[in-house]
Amino acid sequence: MRGPGFNFTPDAADGWFPLRWNLKGWGYVVPALAWTIMFFAAPFLLMACYSLWRFEGGKILPVWTLENYAAFLARPHFNQALVNSLEVTALTVALSVLLAYPLAWILAFKVPRRWQSVALVLAVLPFWTSYLVRSYSWLLVLSDRGVINSALLAAGIVEVPLELAHNRGATVLGFTHFFTMLLTLTIFASLVQINPHYHTAAADLGASRLRIFMRITLPLSLPGVIVGAFLTFVVAIGDFVTPQILGGGTELLMPQAIMLQISRYVNLPMASTMSLILMVVVSMVFFACARWLKVRN
Amino acid sequence: MPAAGRKILSKLAVVAYVVLLYGFIFLPVLVLVIFSFQDGKLPVPPWRGFTFDWYDALFANRRLMDSLANSAVVALASAAASTALGFLAAYGLARHRLPGGPLIQWLLVLPLFVSYLVIGMGLLLLLRELEISKSLVTVAIGHLVINMPLAFAVIYGQMGDHQAYAERAARDLGARDLVVLWRITIPMLWPAMFAAFALTFTFSWDEFIIAFLLSVFDVTLPVELWSLLRRGLNPQANAAGSLVFTVSIAVLVVALLVFRLNRKKEMQDRVR
Repeated sequence: MRGPGFNFTPDAADGWFPLRWNLKGWGYVVPALAWTIMFFAAPFLLMACYSLWRFEGGKILPVWTLENYAAFLARPHFNQALVNSLEVTALTVALSVLLAYPLAWILAFKVPRRWQSVALVLAVLPFWTSYLVRSYSWLLVLSDRGVINSALLAAGIVEVPLELAHNRGATVLGFTHFFTMLLTLTIFASLVQINPHYHTAAADLGASRLRIFMRITLPLSLPGVIVGAFLTFVVAIGDFVTPQILGGGTELLMPQAIMLQISRYVNLPMASTMSLILMVVVSMVFFACARWLKVRN
Repeated sequence: MPAAGRKILSKLAVVAYVVLLYGFIFLPVLVLVIFSFQDGKLPVPPWRGFTFDWYDALFANRRLMDSLANSAVVALASAAASTALGFLAAYGLARHRLPGGPLIQWLLVLPLFVSYLVIGMGLLLLLRELEISKSLVTVAIGHLVINMPLAFAVIYGQMGDHQAYAERAARDLGARDLVVLWRITIPMLWPAMFAAFALTFTFSWDEFIIAFLLSVFDVTLPVELWSLLRRGLNPQANAAGSLVFTVSIAVLVVALLVFRLNRKKEMQDRVR
């Protein structure tokens, strides 16, 4: 009974004109698909090729070899960048979750409903500044003559300015500032979705507030935490700007190491190798998160 | 009154945490904006008085103003193109059962999970192989790659059954495909399309690393800002940063207002 007038669903439209409609459907999808293949998939394959090519005497030779990967694994000069990146990113994710969760919880449950959206928009307002500018702003706060050191010097708490900028701590701080806002959004979104009757029911059954939080609120909000943490991880591990502005010159993170290969050594094969390794790491974390979310559901 | 005392204490803790965290979130932005008015060569304490000089210098900065115009053009072009392509793909996939549909969907959103640096790197290699020189066009191409998945996801997420019924009704009344698309689908979906456009515009407007890798002489605002910021602390960089912030906030406010108006209209329609 899939005639017109009976099945009034979008699927029925397909059953109605099977072939013609499918062709038309393709017509709509082709521009976006062609673009993605041409400017996303093809460059990606090209990058895979480059990573397997030889770089010698400043020239790229299309000779197939695994030596770039071997060099990356063998030389601390390269793989230390990945270790640094993983450490900085892990620290950033942990700190951002710890700072954002209480804020999201307060916004969801303690702020009166009519102020909620205003408070939320305010909490993420600087999220919309340019990320270049955001890192630079932290420099104004942290540098030798910055706001914090000026205050400390004026108060006589320190004699010489503290070295707050140009180190790993500054990079982590800059990242944490940005991602606390992002995580507040994702955690808030999952907190307000929790059915308030669960709380009432648990309380009626005599559960303490701590127990309610540990057994109901926290587990039900974990998907928001995981999604936000994954986004934080992806964006932070691929960011060149924040470590370049706030970090020190003594250690490099992965994106800085890649940019160095591109701009100083013009070693595109090595840069491709490192980009691919970065991508593999991100995909592994993605699959771990996706699996976790799936298992729970 | 131990219970009442504990209640006050917990309320105090909540207020203290909120104040502290809002302070943390707003500290750098406030410092940036305040010291853009600094009457001196360094945008840090002590405060030396108020001046608009740095904004004047900014507007007199030819390179910066050119890059501002470049950014606007690139952002408009890539936002318009990604909204259009994303809409067409979403429409095709939502309204037609295509062989390999889920796979295509997956491929279309895949760029969202790849670092911008890696995407830029790949495009750099493509340009090198095809011997295309870097320009604003290549930057726009790169921005379309990162923005189209976003526009597609936003619009696809808003394609519900109620639009399909309306389209079907129009078709039954004899409307041609393009008429249905133009008179039914687009008017019903325009809030989602507007959201996609605003979002992709701000992403392109703010994007640095792809623009940095794929441009040479004509650059976009973030690339020009980068060279300004690299010169160390200077109030002109503060002024430029404050200006960029103001523009982003303005776009955000306009988007929110449009949404609110639209929701109000929808409510009224529903009442009718």
